[in-house]
Formats: sequence, structure tokens, C-alpha cells
Amino acid sequence: MGKKLLLEHLGVEGIHTYEVYRRQGGYRSVEKAIREMSPDAVVEEVKKSGLRGRGGAGFPTGMKWSFLAKPPGVPRYLVCNADESEPGTFKDRYLMEKIPHLLVEGMITSSFALGANSAYIYIRGEYFYLVKILEKAIDEAYAAGFLGKNILGSEYSLDLYVHPGAGAYICGEETALLESLEGKRGNPRMKPPFPAIAGLYASPTVVNNVETIAAVVPIVNMGGEEYAKIGVGKSTGTKLISAGGNIKRPGVYEIEMGLPVEEFLFSDEYCGGIEKDLELKAVVPGGSSVPILPAGLFLKTAAGEARLMSYESLADGGFVSGTMLGSGGFIAYDQRACIVRSTWNYARFYHHESCGQCSPCREGTGWMEKVLHRLEHGEGRMHDIDLLVDIARKIEGNTICPLGDAAAWPVAAAIRHFREEFEYHVKFPERVKDPKHFHHTPFSKIRQAHLV
Amino acid sequence: MVSFNDDTLALAQRIIRRYPEGKQKSALIPILHLAQAEFGGWLSVETMDYVAGLLQIKPIEVYEVASFYSMFNLTPKGKCLIEVCRTVPCWLKGSEDIVAHLSKRLGIKEGETTKDGMFTLKTVECLGSCGTAPMLQCGHEYHEDLTPEKVDLLLEKWKSEDSRKVYVSNDFFREN
Ligand SMILES: Cc1cc2nc3c(=O)[nH]c(=O)nc-3n(C[C@H](O)[C@H](O)[C@H](O)COP(=O)(O)O)c2cc1C
Ligand code: SF4
Ligand code: FES
Repeated sequence: MGKKLLLEHLGVEGIHTYEVYRRQGGYRSVEKAIREMSPDAVVEEVKKSGLRGRGGAGFPTGMKWSFLAKPPGVPRYLVCNADESEPGTFKDRYLMEKIPHLLVEGMITSSFALGANSAYIYIRGEYFYLVKILEKAIDEAYAAGFLGKNILGSEYSLDLYVHPGAGAYICGEETALLESLEGKRGNPRMKPPFPAIAGLYASPTVVNNVETIAAVVPIVNMGGEEYAKIGVGKSTGTKLISAGGNIKRPGVYEIEMGLPVEEFLFSDEYCGGIEKDLELKAVVPGGSSVPILPAGLFLKTAAGEARLMSYESLADGGFVSGTMLGSGGFIAYDQRACIVRSTWNYARFYHHESCGQCSPCREGTGWMEKVLHRLEHGEGRMHDIDLLVDIARKIEGNTICPLGDAAAWPVAAAIRHFREEFEYHVKFPERVKDPKHFHHTPFSKIRQAHLV
Repeated sequence: MVSFNDDTLALAQRIIRRYPEGKQKSALIPILHLAQAEFGGWLSVETMDYVAGLLQIKPIEVYEVASFYSMFNLTPKGKCLIEVCRTVPCWLKGSEDIVAHLSKRLGIKEGETTKDGMFTLKTVECLGSCGTAPMLQCGHEYHEDLTPEKVDLLLEKWKSEDSRKVYVSNDFFREN
């Protein structure tokens, strides 16, 4: 059993209530920070921990915090990113639903470190039932004196609010989130200035993912150095992985960074192997925006080393033969899945979610969706495949926010690793008319019979 | 003239106070949720104008937000808005079969509303429920690990309900 820092008390009856959470040692990090530490000392512990942002980009949290501008007389804000809309990702929802006080505690300790007196949890609108759960936890924290004026009799005061969005993946991008929190359309801002200088209401702001903020609690409790001993290399601590797709035991698992992917995928403690004991075809390990890898390259790097669940190991091989840990949205595909249909599905998603500000993204995602639709429906041409590669390349790096890249990468990676499957759709259009074309005979078998 | 009932109005005022003075526009999205719940599950121009007045902002500022976010309906919908997730993880677990089943049972295609105004069928993107796929949302409720049989039971249950009523209610926002 790996170490559990976030979900340690998951099994404790009533852990979603204040009393039980407190009895399990809850809110100790707030007491420790406010009574025994200075705000800068808390930031220092987070730096030492090596914690990297759990929202997808993996940026070092302590460094981000140290960039926060502190002009006198100007309020600072901490905003929690609970927009969680990256396909395949459902870990934040799980954490907030099961142990809401962990997020509330993390928000208080982190706000203290940053000197923020108002903090918001921006949660995707569809998670409305969670608003109720969080509001209750916040109420309880106010009643217990952990929120409000003069927390624990100190000079420090904090108000914490939940703010629902209304359905827009792009609002997970931190500057779009801030726009949305200001009551506007979720259009990402041009950077610089970064939120650390001019964020919410043009004030210095830190935006962090739910899991990042929750991880501050064990870091403060155990000390940054102890936290950094868990994991491998620059991937310290534990990570929540939300596992879905064709596996036997879908769900949210807290793993120690560095767990071998094979163990994660096949051991009964985690995914439990592939549904119906079918063959594993491919994996998207970090949410829909990261490159898809065929089973072989996923389990072992191009150099033949066993891959680990860590930022570095998953990225080994770069875009040629690697992928990314991303948000930890783990999607496994068995032999029945059609990669062209999957890629079309993702392209439709990104087209739907593009905010429309930059033409390469707005037009490019629509164009990719259209071309992939015709390929998948047996109406494609051979040069459509290179056309897709070309469109993806033209979007990449030419947009205001990373959604453009996120839309381009999955398409480029699918063609890189599964080109023969795309060609099959052009060569044998009548065989892909049934939407479940590989359900009875997986492509690996067809390939042997027809193409080789 | 549309206007909130007294309870909702008090709630709206409380929500506005969560943001710094002069930043009341921040309350727009939460209040549009309240408005949509109170005024029939969609946002008419009249409703949006009312919200603009409440927040002392220009009507265009409300329209441009209402039209950006997928949860806001700018046309009337059925009493039960059934939103089936269509994104890859749900697709891998058979969401296409669920949509086809609903479509057959209700006699409508995606995006359509039944003649009696009871049901609207819609597909949506990932709702953060990929580990319990396939899934759908109706009102604020998630229904997960769906099978055609489970869908039939839900349809029976919904026939007597109005999901708009439970969507956003006062108890979602704390008293302060
Ligand atoms: C299109 C897009 C969507 C994103 N969605 C999310 C999200 O749902 N949740 C999240 O925490 N970060 C998301 N991010 C990353 C945020 O921009 C930001 O990096 C993150 O909230 C920072 O927090 P962290 O450092 O704690 O990870 C998204 C980024 C992009 C470009
Ligand atoms: S890349 Fe796409 S989503 Fe991002 S700002 Fe440009 S148009 Fe909007
Ligand atoms: S893909 Fe359907 S809930 Fe995530």
C-alpha cells in the first residue's frame, strides 16, 4: 500500500463533517501556521516540498507563490480552480465530495501564507450539488473560528466563498477563470501581466488547483522536507489519479509518485486490469490534452525502461514517444476502441470549447473536427491525414492560451502512433460504416489480414 | 414584468455582498442560475434585462455572458432537460447506446423537445463522472453507471417531476 496523504482518512465514517474531520487531526495545519509560523515560513515549506501544480501544468507551487506581488494597501486573492472539466478528470470532485474540509483547511492555510483576506473557490457549474457540500463545510469552519475575523485570536482574518461557473471548459484556464469570476465571458487574457501581478480585479492573485491546495495541509503538518522524501526526483509527494475507460476498477486513487504504470494498471489495488480481460490498446494518462500512447510505448519507454507514474517518466521520449502526467485523468482503451473515432470525439470537444478569440484555434479546431468526422465516417481522402498534421502544426504555439495546443496535440499524437488505422478508414470506407467497427475484430487482427 | 420572489431577491442580495464593493458584476453567473431556475428553465430577454437592472450593469453585459456558457438556455427547454455525456471516457463505456436508447424511447433526436414539453434530449461534454460512465445529468442530479434498464426507470420517475424546480434553490447558498 502506498502512502496516503490526502485520502488517508477516507474510510472514516462521517469524515465529511467538521467534528469527525477535526478529531482525525483536521485544521492542525491552520493552528500550526497561525500560531507557530510566519506567512513566509509557510511559503518556504511549500517550496521545500517540491510540490508541483496538480491542475495539469505541473508548475512548482512554492515558486508561483513567491512571485505574488505585495504592493502595500492592495488586497491579494487566492482563487481555487475547481473548474475540473478536462475530459477524464474527476479527482477534484471526489476530494471535495468525500473530504470537503481538506480543501477548506488548505484554503485557510494557503491564504494565510499569501496574505489574502478573501478567497474564492471557483467550481464548475455542473457540480452544483458540491456547492452545497462546500458551503456547509465553510459554515462549520466559520462556527469553529477557523474562518472570519481574527482567526484563532490572531490578527489574521479570512472570508471564503464558493462561486459556481456555468459550463465552459475554457474557464479552467486561469485567466479565463478570473474573467468569469468577474462576471464576464471566459476569454483568456493576454499574458503578461500574470495573475501574480494583476489577477482578480487587477489585484495580485494566486490560482491553484483543488488538489494542490489540499496538498498544502500535509506539507505544513509534516514539513516540506519530509514531503519531498515521498516520490521520485522532481515528482514529489502523492498524486490523485482518476482512472476511467476500459478498466476493471475505475475510480480515484492516491498514488505515490513513481509507482510503475504496470502496477497501477494491473494490480487489484488500483485499476485491476483491462475490462473483460481484453487487450490494452492505448492510454491517455493525463486528461484529454496529453498525447495518446499505444500500449507498448505506454508500459515501456522507447529505451525499454519500465514507465513510472511521474512527470518525468511519462514525458520520457518527448512528443515522439512520450506523453504527460497532466491532470491525472487516466483513460485506458481496450482493443475494441477506434482511435479515429476517439480523435474525432476529442476534436469535437475542443471545437465546442474554443472561446473563439484567436483564429488558429477557432477555425483550426472546427476544421480538424470536420476532417476527422469525414475520415471516421468513411468519407475521407488519403491526404486528409497529412492535412490534419498540418492544421495541428499551425495551431500549436500560435494562440493566446494553451487550449490551442491542447487541441492540436491529441490529433498529432494519434496520427503519429496510429497512422495505419487512419489509412484503413480511407482504404475501406464500407468497413467503418458501423460505428462499432472494431468491436468484433480488433484492428490489430484486421491489420494482419488486410494491410500487411 | 419579471421579478424575483422575496426569498430569491434576499438571496441575490446576499450573493452580491460576497464580492467587493463596486464589483457586483461578479455575482452575475450565480444570479443567472437563480433566474433560470425561477423563470421556467431558460433566460428570456426580459429576464436578462431584469438581472441587468438588479446588478446595475448594461443589458448587453448580461446577454454576452448568458450566450457564452453552455448551462444557460436562451430558448425554452423541456421540464426535464436530459444531458448525456458524449466525451471519450463515456463513449468507451457505451454512451452512444444510451443516447440511442433515449432517442428511441422519447421519439426525438438530440437537441429536440418532446411535443408535450416534458423532455429535452441533449448531449454534453465531460461532466467529471468518467469513472462511473456512462452518465447523464438532469437538473442538479448525476445519474451514473447507466444501462438501458436504468434509463427506463429514470424516465418513469421523471414523468411526474420538473427538474428545473430542484436545480438551484436557496439552500445551495449559505446564510451570510
Ligand atoms: C484550457 C485549459 C483548461 C484548464 N482547466 C483546468 C482545470 O479544470 N482545473 C485546473 O486546476 N487547472 C486547469 N488548467 C490549468 C490552469 O490554467 C492553471 O495552470 C492551474 O489552475 C494552476 O494551478 P496549479 O498550479 O495548482 O495546477 C487549465 C488550463 C487550460 C489551458
Ligand atoms: S487558444 Fe482558443 S480557447 Fe485559448 S484564447 Fe485562443 S481561441 Fe480562446
Ligand atoms: S467523459 Fe463523461 S463524465 Fe467524463
